[in-house]
Amino acid sequence: MGIESEYEIPVLTTTVEKMVQWARRSSIWPVTFGLACCAIEMMAMSCSRYDVARFGAEVFRGSPRQSDLMIIAGRLSRKMAPALRRIYDQMPEPKWVISMGACASIGGVFDNYAIVQGVDQVVPVDVYVPGCPPRPESLIYGIVELQRKIAQQRLAS
Amino acid sequence: MDAAALVASLQQAVPDATLETAATVDLHPTFYVSHGHVSAVARALHDTSTLNFAFLAELTAVDYWPREPRFEVVYVLVSLQHRLRARMKVRVPGPDAHLTTVSDIWPAANWLEREVWDLFGIAFDGHPDPRRLLMPEDWEGFPLRKDSPVQIRRPPQVTEPLQVTADEFRQNVERDRLARE
Repeated sequence: MGIESEYEIPVLTTTVEKMVQWARRSSIWPVTFGLACCAIEMMAMSCSRYDVARFGAEVFRGSPRQSDLMIIAGRLSRKMAPALRRIYDQMPEPKWVISMGACASIGGVFDNYAIVQGVDQVVPVDVYVPGCPPRPESLIYGIVELQRKIAQQRLAS
Repeated sequence: MDAAALVASLQQAVPDATLETAATVDLHPTFYVSHGHVSAVARALHDTSTLNFAFLAELTAVDYWPREPRFEVVYVLVSLQHRLRARMKVRVPGPDAHLTTVSDIWPAANWLEREVWDLFGIAFDGHPDPRRLLMPEDWEGFPLRKDSPVQIRRPPQVTEPLQVTADEFRQNVERDRLARE
């Protein structure tokens, strides 16, 4: 065995990279960014019945400066797009984006001049969550998928 | 007060205007006003003591394309004192659609007229602030017109973040500090 068995004290060895990945994925703080009815499901996800605190993502921040994740919950109007991009730009690295629901991902039923047909035209998206709206379980699954993705991100290339 | 009585009392106040009653389903008194007399009739509705329509509940437009005159602007009025409702309609011809503002009579008309300008392209002469209300400032066209394309694709306009060096950042902070002093 390794160094753990050499000493009587409880010790775990790992790499810096693995520890940073663990720390990042275990406390994903989303920025409060509800755009439409999907935000209701997002709020349900953060409350006690579905309890996303089990996955460390319950701390919704009012400021993009303290956030790691942007859950784009709802339809993004063309007039809102510059504001969304500005909030994304204000978030510190590393940062991730979940596109929640049909409207945010592809425009949904709003195939018209006013709605951006997919938020990936504005910000880079990591995980798309389908549904209209997605149930809170779906969004939690999206966050777990994002955690898997973060666990594979190398620190230096 | 039915539509005929309302039109009669308005005709007395504004003899030049052409007024005609219109049939409605909801039985609210409804009448058409000629295009040039909107302001005078609105003033009479507001100021006549037996009417006293002090509250403009709604101002919107309807596009009857390709019929001509193409638009109808609809004013929904409430008299709180006399417990009356009235609906005033104006036919507006399509090319160079414009109408006199009523925002000097009912301040509530300010944003409502901006909305009608924004979505239908009906200009309101004498409006104090004739800007778009809902669509982006640089938008071309009027989306609620029947001949406006609904599913047009335009890339969303976003700005790139401003990149500054450490020196520029310090200079900006210093300049802000001096500006405040």
